[in-house]
Order: sequence, then C-alpha cells, then structure tokens
Amino acid sequence: MTVVVLGGGPAGLAAAVELRRLATRDVIVLERESEPGGIPRHARHQGFGIRDLHRPHSGPAYARRYAQLAAEAGAEIRTETMVTGWSPGGPLELTGPGGRETLEPDAVVLATGCRERPRSARLVPGSRPEGVMTTGTLQQLVYLKGRRAGERALIVGAEHVSFSALATLGHGGARAVGMATELRGHQTLELFRFGAALRWRTPLWTRTAVTAIHGRPRVEEVELMDLDTGATRAVECDTVVFTADWIPDHELAVMGGLDMDPGTRGPAVDTALRTSREGVFAAGNLLQGAEPADVAALSGRHAAATAGEYVRGSAWPDRRVPVECEPPLHWISPNVLAGRPTPPSRGTFALRSTEFASGPRIQVTQEGRMLWDGRIRRLVPGRSARLAAGWVAAVDAAGGPVRVRVVRRG
Amino acid sequence: MRESPDTDVAIVGAGVVGCAIARELSRFDLSVTLLEAGADVGAGTSKANTALLHTGFDAKPGTLESRLVARGYELLSEYAPRVGIPVERTGALLVAWTEEQAAEFPAILEAARANGSVDLRRVDAEELYGREPHLAPGALGAIEVAREGLVCPFTTPLAYATEAVLSGCDLRRSTPVESVARLEGGGFRLTLPGGALTAGRLVNAAGLRSDELDRMLGHDGFTVTPRRGELIVFDKLARPLVRHIVLAVPTKITKGVLIAPTVFGNVMLGPTAEDVERKDDTASTRAGLDYLMSEGGRIMPELLEHEVTAVYAGLRAATEHADYQVSVHAPEGYACVGGIRSTGLTASMAIAEHVREQLGETGLRLEPKTGAPPEFRMPNIGEAGIRAHQSDDLIGRDAEYGRIVCFCERATSGEIRDALTATVPAVDLDGLRRRTRAHMGRCQGFFCGAELAERLDAAEAS
Repeated sequence: MTVVVLGGGPAGLAAAVELRRLATRDVIVLERESEPGGIPRHARHQGFGIRDLHRPHSGPAYARRYAQLAAEAGAEIRTETMVTGWSPGGPLELTGPGGRETLEPDAVVLATGCRERPRSARLVPGSRPEGVMTTGTLQQLVYLKGRRAGERALIVGAEHVSFSALATLGHGGARAVGMATELRGHQTLELFRFGAALRWRTPLWTRTAVTAIHGRPRVEEVELMDLDTGATRAVECDTVVFTADWIPDHELAVMGGLDMDPGTRGPAVDTALRTSREGVFAAGNLLQGAEPADVAALSGRHAAATAGEYVRGSAWPDRRVPVECEPPLHWISPNVLAGRPTPPSRGTFALRSTEFASGPRIQVTQEGRMLWDGRIRRLVPGRSARLAAGWVAAVDAAGGPVRVRVVRRG
Repeated sequence: MRESPDTDVAIVGAGVVGCAIARELSRFDLSVTLLEAGADVGAGTSKANTALLHTGFDAKPGTLESRLVARGYELLSEYAPRVGIPVERTGALLVAWTEEQAAEFPAILEAARANGSVDLRRVDAEELYGREPHLAPGALGAIEVAREGLVCPFTTPLAYATEAVLSGCDLRRSTPVESVARLEGGGFRLTLPGGALTAGRLVNAAGLRSDELDRMLGHDGFTVTPRRGELIVFDKLARPLVRHIVLAVPTKITKGVLIAPTVFGNVMLGPTAEDVERKDDTASTRAGLDYLMSEGGRIMPELLEHEVTAVYAGLRAATEHADYQVSVHAPEGYACVGGIRSTGLTASMAIAEHVREQLGETGLRLEPKTGAPPEFRMPNIGEAGIRAHQSDDLIGRDAEYGRIVCFCERATSGEIRDALTATVPAVDLDGLRRRTRAHMGRCQGFFCGAELAERLDAAEAS
C-alpha cells in the first residue's frame, strides 16, 4: 500500500498525516522546493491554522508545524524532488539531486496548489522592466531572502492576498502608493481594509485598470484607467505587484490525462475528491484557488480519507454527473457527483462569482428538477461562498448534469 | 596609420550578425574586438526574433538576402547540432483562407523555384486539416515548405560569441561606441567609455544604430526605421495544438501573423509590423496585443483557451531598401552590414562568410589559425534535445543538475551556476533566462524569482 502525495504544502501534508493515521503503510510526499510547507513558508502574517489545528499560527510556524506532524506520523517527505513526467496510465517520473526514478503507487493525491497570474498572462502592455512581480515573488524576496522590495509600489488587486502584499511591502521598506482594482470594491474583510487604511494610508482605487507599464531598466510609471470614464492617468512607482487572479498549478493534472473543470481550471473532482482517473485524488488549492491554508489542509484530509479507503479495496465509481454553474457564477467545487455522493469537505460546496451580490437566491436543478432553492449570505469575487450540500442525496446518479444558478442577486 | 592598431578588426554590435562575424574572423590569425553597447550579446533585436530557420523560399529572387538566407540555412544547419544550438525541423504550412490568397500560390511557388527552394508542395484542405486538426474551419489549402524549421534565437548568438572568445576575440559588453574617426594613413579610432581603441578594419553590425555609425564615417547609404513586432507566447500546454509553422499568405506590407511552436515547447503568435520612431521602443501595446489575439482566434480558436506565458516586442532594423545593406569600402577598410531583418538569424553565418570574403578583397590578410578549433558545446535549452534534468549521466556526476530551481522551465541549479560562470557569462536576469530558460515560464518568477535574484547578486559579488 503506497500512496504518493504530490506537493508538500498544507493540503499535501495534511493528506499525508491523515493517510498515516488511517494506517496506510507507505506515504511519500514529493515536494519540489527545498523545504516543505508550501506558500505559508513565506506568508509572515498571523491567522493560519484556526480551522484545522484550532490554534493561530504565523505562516512559517504553520508550515513548520505541518512538516513536523507529517514526519512524526511516519510519512516520507522528499524535498527538491519534482515530478517531471506522468502520462495517462503511466508511472510518476521523478527528478531530484539523487537522480531520476519512477514510482508506481497504488494511489496518488495531487496537491500542487496554485499561483497568481503574472503580468504577461493578464496581457498588460508596455515595456518589460524589472520590478514587476507577483505577491509570491515579493514575499520570497522580503521574507526568505531578506531583500528590499523597492521604494514605491503599486498593488494590483484588492483581495486578501493584496493586503498581505501591502504588509509585506511595509516590511520590505517600500511604500504602497495605491491599490487598484477593476471591481467596484475590495474583496477582503472590512477589518483588513480599515486596518490597512489606518496603518499605511494606502488609497484604494476601484473601477481602475492597469493599462500600461513603462520604464527601463526598472519600472518608472504605470498608466491607470478609470473604467467608468475612460480617463487615464500616470502613477509614478518603481514596483508593481500583481496579486491574486489565481490559477491552479495544473500541469501534472493535464499531463496525467485527468478531466479538467473549465471553471476552476483544476481537475474535475467529486465530493470525495476523486478525479476522473482511477486511484488519483486531488485536494487543496489545485481545486479552488486560493483558499486559506487551513481550508486547503482540510481538503487534503478529506481526500486522504477516500484515498485510504481506496487502497484498502473500496470500489471506484464509474458514473460521474457533472455539476455546472451559470454566470455570474464562475465555478463550483467539487464539480462532479459520483456513485452515492458523500458530503464534500467541510460539508459544503465552494461557489465563486465574478460579481458582488448580497443575499442572492440560488437554485440547484437536475434536468429541470429542483434539488435546492434558497439564499446564501453573499457573493464576493475571488472569495468562496459556501453552499450546503444536503441536496446531493436527491441527485439521480444516472441523470444529466446538475446546474447551479443565481436567480435573484439579493 | 603608422603604429600597429590595438586590434586588427573592431566589430561594433554583438547581435547575431556581429557575433557571427566575430566567430568567422576569429578563425583566422587576426586580433578581433567585438564591442556591444548593451549588457549582453544577442540581447537587442536578436532576442525578439520569430526564431524561424528559413529556407528563403519567400525572399525576393536575385537579392543578396535570397542568396545569404539560402546559404545561411545550410551553414547553420550544419553548425547548430555540432555546438548544441536547438533546431527543430517542423516544416511550414502557408495557409490560404480566401480565394484571393489561394490565387497567390502559383506566384509563391514560382518565386520559390527562382530562390532555389525545391521542397514546396501544394496541400489540399483535407490533408491540411489532417496535419493541423486544430486550425479554424474554412482554410482552402496550403503550400507545404518541408524544410522550414525553428532555431533557438538565444543560443545562436551565444554560441558564436563563445567560439569567438575561445578563439581569442576580445568581447567587451556594456561598451558603447561614442564616436569614431578615420585615422590618417588608414584605420579607425573609436572612442569608448574606458578610452580609445584603434582598429585596422571596422565592421558596422550595429543593427538599429548601423545607419548612425555609417553616417559618422561620412556615408549615407540608408536610414533605419525601426519596425516593431509584438509577439505573444502561449503556455506549453498549448504545444500539442500546433505541429508546423503556420504561415499566412504575405501581403506587400507584412508577412502576416504566424502561429508556430518554439524550440522551448511553447506556441508563438505574431508578429505585428508597425514602424515606430524610437530605436528603443520595445513596448508592447494594447492595439498590438488585441490584434494578435483576434488573429490567433481567427486562425486557431483553441489557442486562446490557453494561458499566455509571455508578451514581448522586438524592433527589426528595416530600411527604405528591400534588400540587406551590405557594403565594403575597400580603401578605408570599412564594412557596413545594415538592414538585416528577421531573416538575419538564419543568414547570420553566410553574412559573416560574405563579409570575411569582402574584407579579404580589401587586403586583410586571412591566414587560418594553426591548431585545432576550440572544443565547446552549448548547454541544451531546447525541448527536443536532452535537458540537464533529463540526463542520468549529468546528475550522476553532479547532483546540482538534478536540483530543479525553475519549475516551469525545469532549469537546474547546475545550469544556473554554469551560466553565471560561462565563457560569456550571464550578468543579469535576462541573460540568465536566455542561457537556461529560468524565469521564462508560465509563473514568470512566482516560484524562482527571489532565488535567481539572490544568485545573481552572489555572482556579481564574487
């Protein structure tokens, strides 16, 4: 009984801990970085681990704690080891300082996480100067390498992570000249926004797009456009931090031939976190980028429960009913119902919207048959809303796709 | 000139053409100095090339460009595998979408024959879709150019420069020529930031600035109008969509937008063609990117479902003339190599050979060096060859080649170390990127950016 976990961040490490707790003999975590722990390693702020470890940690402390838990549980963590090849039906091909090898485990848990879309993927035109980065790079520069972040920075985006970027800039000796979002408001907690306004006096520019970046060799100026009036203006800065706009690190999932969900762009998974390939599970922010680390960890724990049952001989369901959503809903996760569906991680589906809505009414139907009709608290772009999963018991496993839509926006 | 000059030949400009000339001349018993204003070789126009290995089938018959591209294709095809320059022979399909475009086919085939290209063949719509199943519907047919291929635009000038330096060429980067004067009795005096340099012969391979240098010497043969080409590079996951270089039927103004694989395993869409005023205006534009995305959607809609990995813009050194502007002024010992457009990557070795022959006719003594030519091989950064992380042999000898630092492009710690200590070492992030592929992938530094910055600083400090 060997289970390989791909990715040693919160989801992967939590999966490894749970698999060992379920007496899985060999659990191997493959981590391409030199240290396990994932993104929290360089997210210095507090608030990690409330939901899963029931105690607040800083990011680095949380990362260390999980690595320790996994090691104590008897999982083997191989760092600096990257899966460089995987074909549908084929073994895992590994590369590391010790050489190359292949593994053919009984089950695989994919927990490869997500990353922020860089400037190029957002098609922001202009020159290509130094000083343009994502929050991930910024945090590593400041917290892992102890380097300065620049003098004057513009933050693009106004989600949780954007405020984390703001704090990191402050720590790295830079001043944030502004925070620009194309939306009509920020997407974080009022408390964070209020605290940031008070502490750093950083203005929030809503309905504002970055239309060009200029400078050489370093950023000198950014052109901003007011989306309501079309007016443009220039802001002087030497650093631009593109935040959020998450995309799953899905290369391995694609290489492995898994069915992908067009909304999340991660592998399509059922409520037990099974992918379309037998013996392959997925968890964490690969499925829904980005959730807080503890939510990702709970997802890893959830996938491990099914993976543990699977390697002990439980059957793999053969019929999969897709769960689809309609605009302004962007995606739902999990997005498949298979066999006799069990409740998803935390008992809820995660719903994402491209628009704000307060108290919207949601309907879940299958071939015109109403499965659920009710209100949820609110929809905020970039943040998951939780949709209770009680209705899954009423789904016809031989039926057509389940549809989720907003019928009234509050 | 009475005293012997500091160098027999000074070459101004270390783009792909200047590097090729430096390599060519370094094979002879001469002292050669290669001067580059920028921080690195191949870091200007050369790096933003569409990276095609052209057969020259579509050149204007009878031109110098036609002859040098065809000859350069042969020379580079022989040289590239020998020194480790990535090349892929994908073949090209020139697709007609309208009857008007299809009506151009006979003329294209005729011109190709005149250029000595014999590998062209008409392909009907059925075969076209069999070979490029992801093309948008509506294509009428194509011309296949079987020998067209891809060549690495980064490794090529680096390989030339490496061989030149190993053969004794004095490469000086970050060394702009501030002024140049002819010396009484022959030769040239170049004013550089660190002082003067005298040279017996002068080769102008200054690319976008070649007309300015030409005028400093009293000539007035051409004017460079920078023509900007914007390019979009798509994620490697899009690579299975495209098998060949998909060309458009050219118009008088442009060769049109092409979709092609890259030697790094991505898919490229571009270029635009727009005359700009400034010779440093390599900024991409909203209009250019929007145009490319709409063309991409028209040619291959599925491509647009993939993530964009990089956007860049390069400047071609276009002139008012249709042909390359290569002239050798025998009495003064000055060679000007201007107006070299995107085909110059393919033609580079032939241009160098041509310039060397012409300089020989000016009386430059060309005695081949005695002894074996330098042994060297460039690290492979092409997707078709074996990368360091795929080599059991390399990793077995040195674990650093198994330590992947850039996850997206799988550049290893060993390769990064090598690039920082190479014969022509990387001095900045862009140089590291062009030598190892580090930081050029889909995450654009999310994972490795901080690590690379630290390594560059450490290399600079040591």
